[in-house]
Amino acid sequence: MSSDVESLYQEIIVDHVKHPRHYGLQEGATVESHQLNPTCGDEVTLQLTLDGDTITDAHWTGRGCMVSQSSMSILAEQLPGLTAAEAGERIESFRASMRSRGEIPVDEDLLGDAIALEGAAKFVARVKCAMLGWVAAEDALAKR
Amino acid sequence: MSGTATAGALSATELAAIRADFPILAERVNGHDLVYLDWGATSQRPRQVVEAEVDYVEHRNAAVHRGAHTLAAEATEEFEAARAKVAAFVGAGADEIVWTSNATEALNAVAYSIGNASLGRGGPAAERFRLGPGDEILSTELEHHANLIPWQELAARTGATFRYVPVDDDGRLRLDLLDELLTERTRVFAFAHVSNVTGEVQPVADLVARAHAVGALAVLDACQSAPHLPLDLHALGVDFAAFSGHKMLGPTGVGVLYGRREHLAAMPPFLTGGSMITTVTMEGAEFLPPPQRFEAGTQRVSQAIALGAAVDFLARVGMDRIASHEAELGARLLAGLQQIDGVRILGPVGEDVERTGLAAIDVPGIHAHDLGQHLDAQGIAVRVGHHCAQPLHRRLGVTASTRASAYLATTPDEVDAYLAALPGAIEFFRRLA
Repeated sequence: MSSDVESLYQEIIVDHVKHPRHYGLQEGATVESHQLNPTCGDEVTLQLTLDGDTITDAHWTGRGCMVSQSSMSILAEQLPGLTAAEAGERIESFRASMRSRGEIPVDEDLLGDAIALEGAAKFVARVKCAMLGWVAAEDALAKR
Repeated sequence: MSGTATAGALSATELAAIRADFPILAERVNGHDLVYLDWGATSQRPRQVVEAEVDYVEHRNAAVHRGAHTLAAEATEEFEAARAKVAAFVGAGADEIVWTSNATEALNAVAYSIGNASLGRGGPAAERFRLGPGDEILSTELEHHANLIPWQELAARTGATFRYVPVDDDGRLRLDLLDELLTERTRVFAFAHVSNVTGEVQPVADLVARAHAVGALAVLDACQSAPHLPLDLHALGVDFAAFSGHKMLGPTGVGVLYGRREHLAAMPPFLTGGSMITTVTMEGAEFLPPPQRFEAGTQRVSQAIALGAAVDFLARVGMDRIASHEAELGARLLAGLQQIDGVRILGPVGEDVERTGLAAIDVPGIHAHDLGQHLDAQGIAVRVGHHCAQPLHRRLGVTASTRASAYLATTPDEVDAYLAALPGAIEFFRRLA
């Protein structure tokens, strides 16, 4: 067993899969985005509530692999309290790491628990899984 | 075709010799010997196929069907010889074989040609292909998207009604409903010879006879049969068939449309442009007879020639023997999977079920992508996802599955390696949960 694959399924990821944060859709969200990974059928629906430019709440549902679901949970936990611009900065930073094939480490100061997803960047086929929820956030924010 | 009388499976010596022709099978992946069990998605190419393409490109490359110089004549001859080889391989005439980019384009060519006939193109000869409101197109719930969406779209364009034969809880086609679904309103019945998810072999000749009994055209998706089973399209009686080169040891970029010559001769073209015309004026054009009528633009010449080499390779081994070899591997795979706790095999399994050498599984609670990742870390390449068959997966209650598919170069040891790795992978994720 390669250590790469074991490092992909870290404790933080498992914890978010077992106890997804901000899970379940609610009435009254400002914007919503549904994202589907066409290759495997994984999906997430993310709702954001905004007060002006500030995200006040985030809720989501979804189904799919451990990488896509934990990644959505990790992001949903971070979003409340951020401005749209701050969220955008985090999404860009995460995307840069995910697309770097492991060259650009995940910025733990900025992205917190998302550090656990660093292993996904080494597996080109899994980057889409890791990005699914972040693309949902980007899309939802573009709709505000 | 080799036409060998013995349909015995391959001996260990023969298998070793076959494997030696596939350089990629000696690769190491993630520190392990590659165990390639994704032949159903794309097959690997033996060096004879690669060399045929290189030899053509290095020595005879030229534009085909135009130009009068020596290379052009040689290229044309070799291109047409490849067509004849592929035709013979599937029991068809060379004039019934149309090169396409892939099987998807082949199926779209039929659908668009029928659509064009429905708009009046092709004149009186094409009248029998016209569809409109009241007509029905029948497909099935287990189709690959390539043999599903073109028909949904054709129905939407022509006003015809799209219907499908459902599958039961086991993923078996509800052929008991065929009398209700296949009626005199049905004009096209499009179905897969072998499902790319369940591997089940359909009774093609019977289905074709039933389609013809109501006056419907039978369109066969042969992508998972042409590479794996002896195929005689004339004997099966299908009106059209499609298959892809890259699943049968050939290169990507080339697929095949088979059409009965009386159909192709009466049908209007799908793609139009260069190389498919006789006379062009500013008012319109007259078209060449098939197959050229359906081969607009520059053709994939080196790929077609390589596909010719691929069918030579398959015929030399013998399709009957390849089918026997795969039947053994398939039985070994199914028997092994049935022994593993928590594994659900998609599709019908049993003495009465004829399947090719593939099996897709669901492990409830563990996503296929996660499972595949664990296997990949051990050098085992399987397909994860919905395999371009979303409706079938949805019907079986899963979004994705893990599919292992064998071919002529697959060894029993490789099947065993997969079966041995699965419990560990399942245990790994169960422990996390």
